[in-house]
Parts: sequence; structure tokens; C-alpha cells
Amino acid sequence: MPYLGSEDVVKELKKALCNPHVQADRLRYRNVIQRVIRMSKLDQWGQAEVLNFLLRYQPRSEEELFDILNLLDSFLKSSSPSVVMGAAKLFLILAEKFPHVQTDVLMQVKGPLLAACSSESRELCFAALCHVRQILHSLPGHFSSHYKKFFCSYSEPHYIKLQKVEVLCELVNDENVQQVLEELRGYCTDVSADFAQAAIFAIGGIARTYTDQCVQILTELLELRQEHITTVVVQTFRDLVWLCPQCTEAVCQALPGCEENIQDSEGKQALIWLLGVHGERIPSAPYVLEDFVENVKAEAFPAVKMELLTALLRLFLSRPAECQDTLGRLLHYCVEEEKDMAVRDRGLFYYRLLLAGVDGVKRILCSPKSDPSLGLLEDQAERPVNSWASDFNTLVPVYGKARWATISKCQGPERRGLELPNTASFAASGPLIPEEDKERVQESSGSGVLMLVPNLQLTAECFEKAWLSLQVAHQQALPWQGAVHPDTLQMALQVVHIQTIAVSRAGAQPWKAYLSAQDDAGCLFLMELLWEPGNSAVQISVKQSEPRPEALSSFMSVLETVIGTIGDIKL
Amino acid sequence: MGLPGEESPVVMHHDDRHFIHIRHSGLYLVATTSENISPFSLLELLSRLATLLGDYCGSLGEGTISRNVALVYELLDEVLDYGYVQTTSTEMLRNFIQTEAVVSKPFSLFDLSSVGLFGAETQQSKVAPSSAASRPVLSSRSDPSQKNEVFLDVVERLSVLIASNGSLLKVDVQGEIRLKSFLPSGSEMRIGLTEEFCVGKSELRGYGPGIRVDEVSFHSSVQLDEFESHRILRLQPPQGELTVMRYQLSDDLPSPLPFRLFPSVQWDRGSGRLQVYLKLRCDLPPKSQALNIRLHLPLPRGVVSLSQELSSPEQKAELCDGALRWDLPRVQGGSQLSGLFQMEVPGLPGPPGQGQSTSAPPLGLGPASLSFELPRHTCSGLQVRFLRLAFRHCSNANPHKWVRHLSHSDAYVIRI
Repeated sequence: MPYLGSEDVVKELKKALCNPHVQADRLRYRNVIQRVIRMSKLDQWGQAEVLNFLLRYQPRSEEELFDILNLLDSFLKSSSPSVVMGAAKLFLILAEKFPHVQTDVLMQVKGPLLAACSSESRELCFAALCHVRQILHSLPGHFSSHYKKFFCSYSEPHYIKLQKVEVLCELVNDENVQQVLEELRGYCTDVSADFAQAAIFAIGGIARTYTDQCVQILTELLELRQEHITTVVVQTFRDLVWLCPQCTEAVCQALPGCEENIQDSEGKQALIWLLGVHGERIPSAPYVLEDFVENVKAEAFPAVKMELLTALLRLFLSRPAECQDTLGRLLHYCVEEEKDMAVRDRGLFYYRLLLAGVDGVKRILCSPKSDPSLGLLEDQAERPVNSWASDFNTLVPVYGKARWATISKCQGPERRGLELPNTASFAASGPLIPEEDKERVQESSGSGVLMLVPNLQLTAECFEKAWLSLQVAHQQALPWQGAVHPDTLQMALQVVHIQTIAVSRAGAQPWKAYLSAQDDAGCLFLMELLWEPGNSAVQISVKQSEPRPEALSSFMSVLETVIGTIGDIKL
Repeated sequence: MGLPGEESPVVMHHDDRHFIHIRHSGLYLVATTSENISPFSLLELLSRLATLLGDYCGSLGEGTISRNVALVYELLDEVLDYGYVQTTSTEMLRNFIQTEAVVSKPFSLFDLSSVGLFGAETQQSKVAPSSAASRPVLSSRSDPSQKNEVFLDVVERLSVLIASNGSLLKVDVQGEIRLKSFLPSGSEMRIGLTEEFCVGKSELRGYGPGIRVDEVSFHSSVQLDEFESHRILRLQPPQGELTVMRYQLSDDLPSPLPFRLFPSVQWDRGSGRLQVYLKLRCDLPPKSQALNIRLHLPLPRGVVSLSQELSSPEQKAELCDGALRWDLPRVQGGSQLSGLFQMEVPGLPGPPGQGQSTSAPPLGLGPASLSFELPRHTCSGLQVRFLRLAFRHCSNANPHKWVRHLSHSDAYVIRI
């Protein structure tokens, strides 16, 4: 248990917060929450724990919500970054229905985040930058006026520079685009090749909105004739031409001469693609491709050869006289001498296509293309804050979405073997049921005819009244390993939309639990679970508000699956 | 997730655990977790642990840790319980920690080592050696001869970016007021700052342009009741290190920048000879000086030789790791220093379309970065007017108070 104050206070709080009866009684629970919030002697660690714990609380009314927000307002101004971020996350999650409150919170958090970005501790800087990027997904203009803080400095470690470049790319607007592009242009000639390439890609990203200036800069970079620069510039051009067709002319004028400076596979592929698709506008295109074909035997990358085949064929359709000979030689090589089967197959395919007639080829290779600009607009559409609010102030922004997805996939099956930590595990934000089991439970509840109403809120008095007035509709005994932690049970049941009214604490004798659920036809199910220690089975009694046998049997199957899953989890 | 160079990523995942680390004084402090928790909490905890170990052992380093393994173990045991932070307050911990710190050599007033972070002149014009503040704070050997001392440092980090045409692109000052107290805890102290200093762009106090900062933030234990009126901070600090106040200022420095560089480059592409003439002008007031100035200028690849002409004998310049390093131990305010450097760089690419001899800088002649210290100087102009103690027990003589102002460069970059 985190250190929350003196012994007595801690004991009281522990009792209150872990007691399911208190949880069931909303008023008492809320009072305890208020007490926790008002604790003044907490140090920064206690405050961070309290904020974390409060994430699980759902205020009932708008009034209560704003009450809590007002009380916690001072935490947002704390000098400790972890408290500020914890408070920000809590506010973002609690206020999920009030976007203007969320925007307000993000405004308040801007100052501390920027201070963290210039902190002496580089690691803190890095974490702050990742969160800045997260915020920029939803509020692209949020940091635009502070773009200078994200300029890279020579002595910074590589990982910080990369993050800053990404941030610069995303916070561009009309007012700062000039300065930001100047700055990025400076980075493109940096000694470190990786950093220079990252800067060039960033310029490519900005080019989607400010095409002319960026294409100008990229063209100038080509004149430096540096290998690592040229290859990335050509790749950027390839992506840009696809998304912003208006710059094709400028790109085509810049391309001649590049082929001398590109040695790597990616760059070559990009160049060849451009020559193939827009070859009509580039006078020297067939001759450049001819050069590649001359050296095709020495070409080490099969991907380049594939690209070469397609490009030459495309160019052939628009400039047949110049390409015919070259194409013939290439096809001959691919079919007769090439060892890579994929390349050979493609060569053979094109050859047979040509035999079938040029019209057929035209139809296949020059069909109308999709309009990528729509995809571009969707991509740039702002994502609502709620999509990432639960990831704020966790390790997810630090890893990045893609890496986090791979990590959680590996973690899923391994989790089952782990013991759950001791009972006061408030910090555990991961699901208490392993991922796979959750899916199983959800499937079984969805496949039946029965649809249970989620978020049923039945008060204790109503439950008691209903229980006493109904007769037992069904009784069953299910195998049961032992006492289960109330939290585990509650969460598991919540997944299938069964509400826990009250549960005895683990180890009580006899152990009882009262549950309720309601299906979409309005039929109420009330259950009692009774377990005597020493038994290997739990007694379940179910009462139904309306007699409906099929609903009852579907419901029982759901319950069996859940109980079975819970039984698997060790305490 | 490999990175170029020898940098490990700050957060790594391996075998179902997340590893997060900070680098401090040549050590890696690593925390592991299997839950998805806040990176800020972890990083803050690690920083606080580093400070705590410094408080107990004097300074933090590889030797210190190896001498004090038992103490470190005990500290970690008390600070964390089942992964929850119990407390990191030095006050509360001293009730539990039994082990004594082993210090490498006993503290001696005659030890005058290189300039550290704490300890310098005061109003009483006495000088404490820089190692004065690096003894352990929490030694329970209550040595009566050990003085009660308190060190207050106003430290500013200056980040500047100047474009190649001389215009100022960015200037940023991050300041901290740090306190290291050897006094018994609970002694109340009052720190008075410059009265005219304003917070934010719209506030106006006193006459004239005044001293301004953009934002301030205070440690939670500082009482601010007199801050609004007289710019006085009141606090009762525990023993050990504490950051009383943090502030920052961008874009509007009251004083001119400390250094301006006027480079001129002559490059003969035919013979591959590169000539760089650097004139460094110090714009500090004539009575101030800058110390330990180093100019680092990355050079194009393939630099073969270096010949130099420097304007004064105590400077030194050498080629180091593909860059020029020019060391100036001391520069007086208002003075100008110059250096002429000639290099051979065969086969160098650069902006085409220029004649054989050009003054455009070749590729790879990177931005010049300066590192320096400015003692007794704050870039923002903020000063500590007084530091008063209300000491309760007169068992010792008057406690000594050391106040120091210091600015140093964080990233002072001038593009060529």
C-alpha cells in the first residue's frame, strides 16, 4: 500500500476502499474518495498514486465530476512532472464527454510539458517529447507558437533529435513554416546520415501541405550530389508525386542526373518507378533505364529488377520507338538467364502479355488510378482526444503505437503463467483476465440468443426487494477451486455485463456473492453464489423476473463460462 | 530498438519487462516494471534516488557506490516497498537508515580542487573550496567542528542559436535556484530575490525595463506569502539538496549575448586548402569574465593537417575527432580574440557552380558550438539579495551562508 499518511488514516482508508459493501454504497464510496483527494500531507508519490487510483472511479453526475476536477485543480500546477501528468490524464479521462474541458486541460499542461522538453534530464525530455507528439495528433496547432523550443541542438542525443524532427514536422502552420523549413534544411546536411535522412523525410511530410517550397528545397539538396541525401530525396519525391500530382512537373525537371549518385536498393527503386510512370516528361528516361538494363546482370537486388521490368514496360507504351530494343533485351535476360524466380515470372508474364497485343497491355498497366488525395485528407483528420487519453502518461507513447502492439501481443499468452500480485494491486492497470480468456468469454456471450444490457445499475434495495419477492427458477452447482478476489470476480462479470451487487471478501465463511443482469427484453436475472469452504463446488441460485426458459438456459451457459474462467485464475 | 552510436533507448522491452533508465555521473540507474505505468514517475524516482545517494555519500560515482553497497541497499529497501514508493524525503529516511556512508577522503579545508557546482565567494569575501559542498549531508558523526553551512546557487543554462547571417534565431534561459543545506532541519530561512523582477510578459514593476522571466515554478515546500509583495521566499528546508525555484526566459534577454562569432571562410577547391578565420567577441561588461571557453567546430571529412595562429599564448587549438577544438581558459568582458586556422582537405564536395576559390562554407563545416561558464553572472539579471536564517539553537557559531550566481552554456550554437 503506498504511504498515504499516518497509520490510522491508512487503516481506515484501506478498509473503506477495499470493502465491496462500501463500493456498492455510492454515497459512502464517494465520501471516501473525497477524503482521499483532500489529504494534504501527501508527498508527490502519494499524490501520483491517488491520481492513478482515481482513474477507476466513475462520477455519477456532472456536478460530481466538476466537483472532483475543482478539488484536484491544484495538482495540475504541482512542481513534480509525474503529478502534473497524472492529473492531466485523470482529467482527460473523467471529462471524456466534455471536449472543451479536455482542451482546457491540455492548455494548462502545455507549460509543464514544454519545461520538461527543455529539462536537463534527457530522458525526461524524451518522455515529454513523445507526449507532445501524442497531443499534436489531436490538436495540431497546440504548440505551433513554440516551435523554437523544438529546434535540435548539436550535443543532443540521437533519440531526442529524431523526436524533435517529427514534432517539427507536425506543428507546421502558415506562420512558422518558413522558419521551420529553414531549420530542417540545415539539418539535411548534418554529418550524421540517419539524422539528415530523418530531416528529409520530415520535409517530405510537410510537403503534402506546402508543396512548392518543399520541392524547391529538395531540388536544391539534389545538387549537393551526396549519396545518402540523393537517395532519400528521390524516395520522398516518389511518395510526393503520388499524393500531390501538381508537383510532378517540378520533380521531373529535377530528376536528370540523380542516377549517378544512387547506389542503394530503395533509392534505385524509387528512381526507376518515377522514370516509368512519368517518363514522357523526362527526355532522358529511356536512356537512363537503358543504363540500368546494361548492368542488370550485376544488379544485386531483385526488387530493383522487378521495378525495372514494370517501369520499362510502362515507358514502352508511351515511347515505343526508344524502348523497344531495351525492353526486348531485358525480357530476354529475365526469361533466359535470371535466377530469381519471382523476377523471371514477371518477365514471362509481361512477355506473354505483349504477345497478346499492345491494347491488352495498355488496359492492364494504364488503368485509372485511385485518387490518393482522399486518403490523405482522412489521414490528416484530427483524431479525437478520447482515442488516446487512456494511453497518456503511460509507456505507450514512449514506445510508439506500432511497437506497443507487438509488445502486448507477446505479453498476452505469457501473462497466464504469472501469479497475480498481492491484493492491494491498485497500480495494475492491465486487465485482470488474460486477453485470450476474455475473448473466449465474450464469444460465448455473443453467440447465444441472449443479449445482456451493459451498465446495468441496480441499487441494493431494489435487488433485495426483487430477490425476496421471486421464487428460485434454477439451481445448479459448478466446480469451484477456492476463494476468489472480489475485484477479479467483479471485472470478469462486468465483461459479460453482469453486475455485482455485493461480494463477501475472500476468505469469509460461508462465502457469498449476489449478482444481477438484465437482458434487452427487460427480463431481470438475480443470482446468489454460495460457497462453503471445504466444498469443491459453488451453489448457484438464479431467480428470473419473468418466466422464460430459453433465456434462462442461455444465461446459465454464459454464467458457466464465466465461472469456469474465474476458477482458472489463481489468487 | 538499436540506435546509432552507443546510446541505449530510454525505454526497452525484453522478456515481459520494461526497462527504463537514466544516466547520471557515469552510472546507469535502471528501473524495471511489468506494468504499463507512467514514464514520468519512473524517471522522477530515478533522479530523486540519484540525488538521495548523493546526499548520503557526498557525491555519486562508481567508486562511491562500490564503497557503500550496504547503504545503497538499505536505502533502496526503505524507499521502495513491493514496488510502491514509500518516501524519498531525507528527513523521514534518516530515522530508518542505520548504515554510515564511507567517504573517500576526509573533508579538508585545504583541498582546492576544480570548480564544482557548490561553493564560491560570498558577501563576506571568504572562499570555500568547491569540494566543500560535496561531503555527505547526513553523516550522523556529529562532529562539533563541522560547520553548519548552507549553499545557495542560482544556476542558469543558456541556449542560443545564431544563424549564418548573424541573426538570432533562438535564445532560451533555464534557471534554477538550488539549495544545499547542512543545517539541522526545520531551520527557517528567507531568500530575497531582486525586487523588480516580473513574471510574465505583462507584469510591470519598478521603473525601467527591469528583469523579467516568463514562468516560475516553486518547490512544494516554499511559502509564497511574501513573494507577491517583496519577492521573498520562505521555507524550512530539510537537510540535503533542494531545488527551490525554477524559471525560464525566452527571446528577450536584458543583456546582450555573451559571445558573438564572426567567421570567415576561404576555400580553394583546386588545392584543397581551407582557411577559417574566427573572431570571437565577448560582449560581457568589462569587469566580468568568462571561464573555460571551448569552441567546437566540426570539420569536413578528410582534414589532413592544421596550422594555426592564435591571438594570445594561453589559448590552445587542436584537431580532435574530425573537429577543431579551440580552448580559451579566460576571456575578459569586452575583449576580442581571433584565431586563423588553415587546413588541407583534399577532394571535398560542396556547393557546385562556384568558382575555384570560394567563401561559401564547404559541406561538413558544421555549426560552431561554444561552451563556457560565466561566474557571478546571470543572463536574466535575477539576483539573490539576501539569505537570512532564523536559527533556533545557538550551539554552533553563526552558520555560514554561501550564495553563488553562475551561468553556463547549454547549447550555444553559431552557424557558419
